[in-house]
Amino acid sequence: MAYIKKVSAKLIFALPLFFSSLIFSEKSDYNMPVGVTDVSESIFELHMVIFWICVVIGIIVFSIMFWSLWKYRKSKGAVAADFDDNFWLEIGWTVAATLVLVWMAVPSTQVMVEAYDDAEGEINILITGHQWKWHYEYLEDEVGFFSNLSTSQEQIDGEVPKGEFYLQEVDEPLVIPTNTRVRFLITGNDVIHSWWVPDFAVKQDAIPGFINTAWTNVPEPGIFRGACTELCGIKHAFMPVVVRAVEREEFDAFIAEKVALAEEERMLTSKVWTKDELMERGESFYAVNCAACHQANGQGIPPVFPALEGSQIALNDSSKHIEILMEGVQGSAMAAFGDSYSEVDIASVITYTRQAWSNGENGDGEIVTPQDIVAYKNRIDL
Amino acid sequence: MSTVVESHDHGHHGPAKGLSRWLFTTNHKDIGTLYLWFSFIMLFIGGAMAMVIRAELFQPGLQIVQPEFFNQMTTNHGLIMVFGVIMPAFVGLANWMLPMQIGAPDMALPRLNNLSFWLLPMAFGILISTLFMPEGGPNFGWTFYAPLSTTYAPSTVNFFIFSVHVMGVSSILGSINIITTIFNMRAPGMTLMKMPLFVWSWLITAYLLIAVMPVLAGVVTMMLMDINFGTSFFNAAGGGDPVLFQHVFWFFGHPEVYIMILPAFGIVSHIIETFSRKPIFGYSSMVYAMASIAILSFVVWAHHMFTVGMPLAGELFFMYSTMLIAIPTGVKVFNWVATMFRGSITFETPMLFSIAFVALFTIGGFSGLMLAIVPADFQYHDTYFVVAHFHYVLVPGALFGIIAAAYYWLPKWTGNMYDETLGKLHFWLTFISVNVTFFPMHFVGLAGMPRRYPDYALQFADFNALISVGAFMFGLTQLLFLFIVIKTIRSGKQAKPEVWEGAGDLGLEWTLSSPPPYHSFTVQPQVK
Repeated sequence: MAYIKKVSAKLIFALPLFFSSLIFSEKSDYNMPVGVTDVSESIFELHMVIFWICVVIGIIVFSIMFWSLWKYRKSKGAVAADFDDNFWLEIGWTVAATLVLVWMAVPSTQVMVEAYDDAEGEINILITGHQWKWHYEYLEDEVGFFSNLSTSQEQIDGEVPKGEFYLQEVDEPLVIPTNTRVRFLITGNDVIHSWWVPDFAVKQDAIPGFINTAWTNVPEPGIFRGACTELCGIKHAFMPVVVRAVEREEFDAFIAEKVALAEEERMLTSKVWTKDELMERGESFYAVNCAACHQANGQGIPPVFPALEGSQIALNDSSKHIEILMEGVQGSAMAAFGDSYSEVDIASVITYTRQAWSNGENGDGEIVTPQDIVAYKNRIDL
Repeated sequence: MSTVVESHDHGHHGPAKGLSRWLFTTNHKDIGTLYLWFSFIMLFIGGAMAMVIRAELFQPGLQIVQPEFFNQMTTNHGLIMVFGVIMPAFVGLANWMLPMQIGAPDMALPRLNNLSFWLLPMAFGILISTLFMPEGGPNFGWTFYAPLSTTYAPSTVNFFIFSVHVMGVSSILGSINIITTIFNMRAPGMTLMKMPLFVWSWLITAYLLIAVMPVLAGVVTMMLMDINFGTSFFNAAGGGDPVLFQHVFWFFGHPEVYIMILPAFGIVSHIIETFSRKPIFGYSSMVYAMASIAILSFVVWAHHMFTVGMPLAGELFFMYSTMLIAIPTGVKVFNWVATMFRGSITFETPMLFSIAFVALFTIGGFSGLMLAIVPADFQYHDTYFVVAHFHYVLVPGALFGIIAAAYYWLPKWTGNMYDETLGKLHFWLTFISVNVTFFPMHFVGLAGMPRRYPDYALQFADFNALISVGAFMFGLTQLLFLFIVIKTIRSGKQAKPEVWEGAGDLGLEWTLSSPPPYHSFTVQPQVK
C-alpha cells in the first residue's frame, strides 16, 4: 500500500500542474470563462471545486485499478485470491461516496440561491427569440430593436476571409448600463431558443407563451458575446448574442437616441411616400430580414422557403400579401412581422417585393403605403 | 456456480434452409443473430451520418452540407444510434445469452420474438426513407422538442412518429419476452440471487422499457394530435405548454439512458471476473446498485431541463436526486476494481475493452456529476461539454460493452476463436481514436461552443479539426471490427466449450459446446 501512496502522491502533484497550464488563462480556449459578474465568478469557482474533487477521486480509483492490473497480471504468476465479498467495505465506500456528495451539494446550493433571484431590476429588458434573430425591448422606455447576425454570407461560404468575430457579431448589440441590476424577461416568438452570455453565466430558454427571468449586474464596460443554445431550426448557429455594457451616462444617451428615433419613425408613417422611397427602404429591409430564407434573388429555397419572384400573391394579391407579412403563415417558418416592425418597414418591403426582379412587369405593380398598413391594423382591431 | 449437464445429439433439429430460416425463425440464436447484424448495419449508417457531421465541422464555414441537411444528420445520427444500434444490440445479446445463461432451450415466447425483431427493419426503413423525401427527414434533434417538431416541422414528421411507435412496440414485446423467460425458464436451483449479472441487468432493463416506452408513445401521439388534429398540448397559443413536451419526453428519456447502459454493466461484470479469474466482488451489492440506479432514474428527468425556468425548489430537488445516482454507480466501479484486485489477470481483447469501459465510463460519470450541479449546468447546458459527456457514457460505455461482449462470446457462438492480434489492434485503434474524438469536446464545450451547430466561431477551429480527425479514425477502425467478425465466422482455431480458461465454473453457457446446439438446453441443468 505504501507503493500506492507514493504513486498517487506523485500523480496528485503532477496532474494539476499539467492541467493548470492548459486551463488557467484569462480568456481560455479550454475552460469555462470566469466571466465578469459576481455570479459568474461564483459559478466558475464552484465548477473548479467540483472538477478537482472528480480529478482526485479519479486518480485514487484509477491508481488502484491500474496498479492491480499491473501487480496481479497472470504473466507474472499471480494466483487469484478467492474472496468475493466484504460487507463493511461495501458499507464503507457507500458512506464515503455519500459524504463526498454532501460536500459537493453544500456550495452548489449556496451558489444556486445566489444566482436565483427574480426580483425586479432597475432596468427591465424583454428579450424575444425569433427565427433567427433576437429582439430587445426596454420596458421602461418602450423602445426596442432587432439584433441580427452581421457576418456576411460570403464569409460563411468561404468566399472572403473570416473576420475576427466570425458568427459572433451583430448589427445592433444589446446595450446595458454597468453597475445596475438588469433583469431580463426572456420569451420566444416561434420555437424555443435559449439566450446565453457566458461572461454573465446567464442561460435561459426563450419559450413561446412563457416568460423566464434572469438578471445580471455588470461591474465594468465591455463587449460580451454569447449564442443561442437551443436548437431552433436552420439558422440556429447564426443568431448570436452580443451585449455591450456601458457607463450609465452613455446608456442614458443611447436610450434617448432610441426614443427619438422611434418618434421619428412614427412621424414617417403619416408622410406621403413615393414609390422610389419605398423601394429603397424596402430593398435594405429585405436584405437584412428576408434574404436569408427567400434569397436575394427572390428564388427562395423550395419547398421550405417559397420563391417570391413569380408568386401569385406577390404579383396580383396585395391584400393577401399584407396579411402574410402582418400575421405570418401558421405552420411554417414565416413569422408575423406586424408587431415587431413599423408600418413603414412593412409597407416598403411589400412594395419592394412587388416591384423587384420580374414581379413589377408581370404583376399588377400595386404600391403599398404605410397608410395601407395602418388601415389593415384598424380593420383587424374592429 | 457448478452445474451438471447431460449432453445430447441435436443434429436432427437444424434450422430451415435459405431465406425462410431468417424470415420465419423462432429460434433465439437466429433472432439474436438478426438483431446483432441489424444493429451492426445501423452502426455503419449512423456512423456515416456522424462522418458527414464531422466533415462539415472540420473547419469553420459551410463547406460540405447546408444547415438544413446538417440538422437532419444530427437528428438521425442520434435516433439511429440510440434506437437502432445500442438497444437492438443489447436485445440481440439477450436473445443469444439469456436462455444459455439460465439453462433454458429458448426464449419463452418465440413467435413474439420473431415479430419484435421484424418490426425494427420496418421502423427504420420508414425513418431513413424520409431523408429521400422532398421536404427531408426529421431535422429537430433526436430529442425533438416541440414546437420545432410540431408546428415548425417538415410534414415527414408523421413518418417519424409512426416509426417511433413501431420501435416502441418492438421494445415492449421484446421486454415482455425477456421478463417471462427469466421468471419461468430458469434451471432448477437458480434462485434470483444466483442469476448471472447479465440476466439481472436485463431483467431490470426490461422493466424500465415496459415502464417508459409507453410514455414515449404517448408523447409522440400528443405531437401527432397537435400536428394533424388541432389539439394544443404543446402550443401555448392554444393553452398548451411547450415545456410539457420536455417533461414527458425526459420522463421517458432518462430511464432510456440507463436502458442503454445497464446491460453493459452486466456484460463487463462477467468479462472482468473471467479474466481476473476471480468471482465478481460484491455480487449482491452489484444487483442492488443496478436496482437503485433503475429506481432513481424515474426521479431525475428534469436535470435535462435546468434552463427551462423551474422554481428553485425544483432545481434543487433534481440536482440532489441526480447526485444520488453517483452512489450506486460509484459502488459498481469500486466492485469492478475490487474484482481485479488480487486476481490473476490476462488481457485478451474483451478484457481490454472492459478495462477501457471502467475507466472511460467513469470519466463520463464525473462529467455527469458536474452537469448535475445546477449553477454550473447553466454554463454547460447545450454545449459540447454535454456532447462529450453522453458520448463518453455511450461510446466507451455502452458500445465498448457491446464490442467486448461480441469478442467474449463470438467463440461460443461460432465455435471459432477470433484473431487475437487483430482484436488487440482493433482495441488500441478504437481506444485512441475514441479519446481523440471525444475528450477535446469537453474543452470546446467549456470554452462555449453550443451543440447542434453546423458552423462555429474561429476560436473553436483547432479542437474541431482534431475531433474530426479522431472521428474519421474511429469510423474507419470499425471496418476492421467487421472484418474480424466475418473472419471469425468463417474460420479460426476451434474453440473449446469453456472457451476461456476457468470460465466453465462461471456460467451455464460455458458448459455447452462451441457452437452450442440449436436448442440450447433441451434438458435443464441443475444449479447447485
